Amino acid sequence: MEEERLYTVSVYTENNIGLLNRISAIFQRRHINIESINSSISEIPHVSRFTIVVKMTETQMKKIIGQITKQIEVIRAFYHTDDEIIYQESCIFKIASDLLFEDRQIQNIIKESHCRIVTVNREFFVVEKSGRKEEIDQLFKDFSAYGIMQFVRSGRIAVTKEKLKVSQMLNAFNQ
Amino acid sequence: MKKDASQTEIEEVTLSDNQSEPKKTVRISGSEAIVRCLIEEGVDILYGYPGGAIMPVYDELYKFREKIHHVMTRHEQGATHAAQGYARISGRVGVAIATSGPGATNLITGIADAQIDSTPVVCITGQVASHLLGSDAFQETDIVGISTPVTKWNHQVTKAADIPKVLAKAFYIAKSGRPGPVLIDITKDAQFEEFDFSYEKCTGVRSYRPVPTSDESALANAAKLINGARKPLIVWGQGVILGEAEAELKAVIEKGGIPSAWTILGASAIPTTHPLNVGMVGMHGNYGPNVLTNECDVLIAIGMRFDDRVTGNLNSYAKQAKVIHFEIDPAEVDKNVKADVAVLGNAKESLAKLLPLLTKNEHTDWHRRFKDFYDLECEKVINADLHPTKEGLTMGEVLKEINRCSNGDAAIVSDVGQHQMIACRYAEFTTTKSNITSGGLGTMGFALPAAIGAKMAAPEREVVAIIGDGGYQMTIQELGTIFQQKIAVKIVVLNNEFLGMVRQWQQLFFEKRYASTEMTNPDFVAIAKGYSIRAKKVTKRDELKEAVAEMMASKEAYFLEVRVEKEDNVFPMIPTGASVSDMRLE
Repeated sequence: MEEERLYTVSVYTENNIGLLNRISAIFQRRHINIESINSSISEIPHVSRFTIVVKMTETQMKKIIGQITKQIEVIRAFYHTDDEIIYQESCIFKIASDLLFEDRQIQNIIKESHCRIVTVNREFFVVEKSGRKEEIDQLFKDFSAYGIMQFVRSGRIAVTKEKLKVSQMLNAFNQ
Repeated sequence: MKKDASQTEIEEVTLSDNQSEPKKTVRISGSEAIVRCLIEEGVDILYGYPGGAIMPVYDELYKFREKIHHVMTRHEQGATHAAQGYARISGRVGVAIATSGPGATNLITGIADAQIDSTPVVCITGQVASHLLGSDAFQETDIVGISTPVTKWNHQVTKAADIPKVLAKAFYIAKSGRPGPVLIDITKDAQFEEFDFSYEKCTGVRSYRPVPTSDESALANAAKLINGARKPLIVWGQGVILGEAEAELKAVIEKGGIPSAWTILGASAIPTTHPLNVGMVGMHGNYGPNVLTNECDVLIAIGMRFDDRVTGNLNSYAKQAKVIHFEIDPAEVDKNVKADVAVLGNAKESLAKLLPLLTKNEHTDWHRRFKDFYDLECEKVINADLHPTKEGLTMGEVLKEINRCSNGDAAIVSDVGQHQMIACRYAEFTTTKSNITSGGLGTMGFALPAAIGAKMAAPEREVVAIIGDGGYQMTIQELGTIFQQKIAVKIVVLNNEFLGMVRQWQQLFFEKRYASTEMTNPDFVAIAKGYSIRAKKVTKRDELKEAVAEMMASKEAYFLEVRVEKEDNVFPMIPTGASVSDMRLE
């Protein structure tokens, strides 16, 4: 049996309504759970970039990249393993303010984890942390002991170590 | 797009208009623009059903009725299947049109069928006014959301000014590369809105490469494998027909002396009587090409996608062979069967380039193997199907009579089930684009409306719909369309009073528990006559020949019901999960 791995899929697309649905349907149809998905602008004007994290075998991954690339408004799709990319996630915690002042341990956690205090008021304070999944998991565990009012984390975003020749390809199209 | 590209497009449009003046615009409504776009794209016939959200377009269709013929089917599913039939026989884009909500959702089966069978179809749906989107307005449905997984492309238009570009793109995408269905949803306010109209055909979409290419080495490697093969086998699919590569394929087959088999959708690309045509692959295909798939040394797949009904169990499919895959859709390469050599591109170009690289060959001994298997299949199956000695009529003998009358020139439109397998096994074809059937989706109810589209697209052709008693009743209302439009299709219902294929499986795999497969059928002849369609029923062998001849000679629509043996099975058969080489003859 071929081993399942975590892959980060980067999809460059036209910025059109419905494309997210079209891409996620490719996974849904194959009963594949998406670990995280992020959509944003890219380095190319008017071109969107999806970052999708999924766990599967490489054979499966290649087939899915084929299906994604086949969509009319998809410009290019790539897949990478963790060691081929630089990746980050971001998270935000909302925690009761009294803890910050009354429990020194909280201050230590903030210091040691290098997270950033975004705001503090009488009722709550907000900290933000960007990093790898494990760092955020650890932070969540640490804060959990004291009570978290709200927690949210983003999907993974990633850039690749290798060059992605999307701009070049688009230029070729336009000439 | 940069200047250069759009300049070229304008030039092409003015060329087609035979004018040298610059592009002119006219101020018209969105709905008029839709009809004008269709005319610009060369649409002569479209199929549909009116309703609230598409009424402005119907009003324009009325005004333009001298230029474009709208056919009202009796159900929107019929409209998509008719558009498919139109496309399949002609190679042109079929067009279907419907209103929002239920009109749009009724199109879905046909769209899904067109998607899996790569049929170029453009569907236009009306939508509630844009300010009502998302409000659960009357007859509002998210048809773009619903159709996303079954369309090659879809788009919603909310501004009239977007209509020409979007429709041009729709036709381009539907027809180019690997064809498929496109759905364009147009809000009612965009249909009413006026704007300055001009039309330019679409010549490219920057994120879309319709025809990929392989480097020359792929072809050289393919040729090397083929030239070195002792037991080569070609399996071609619909890619040959869609790519209009019939002549190139024939040249390759003949030069290489390669036994060649076809998938159900590839049927008719090469005449059935061609000496190197060894028959159909797949679950109910011919014995030789299936069994020998697991003996060939080089398997040359051309414009086919290794569907599970073709391959049987993949773990024991052609494991001994080197596989060469000629394919236009890169996502199909290595999807089901790993290719040793993949040649990407249009079959016509690839095969034309392959031809000079091939050495002339005959493979006489290898070819004899197919002949031996065919003789065995005749003895065990075919003779009893075509020349039965038992009392009950067989589906095969009906096909034999149709062949006799048509000389293989008829287009055969089949539905789904036993009769479909029999039709594909025994119909004789001399002309390409003549086997029109629902392959991938297996849509019962496909044949009657698809035959309408086929006959209207090619009125000079004889079009014979072969349908089971089950599938017939799924779209039987299209008799109304045939009646109203005076469409001279020939309709043959092979009535075994069962959902025959399901019954066959119940017999073989569910110990004859015939759950909900027996049919108490109406008087089909009376129904046809109710629509003023000439009709006849045959129950005995001695009536068959004359009845088929009468039907085929008819200049107008004709309905023929043939009562066939109730519990006949289709053989040979590769049971689900079995290997192609474990095909059962009985």
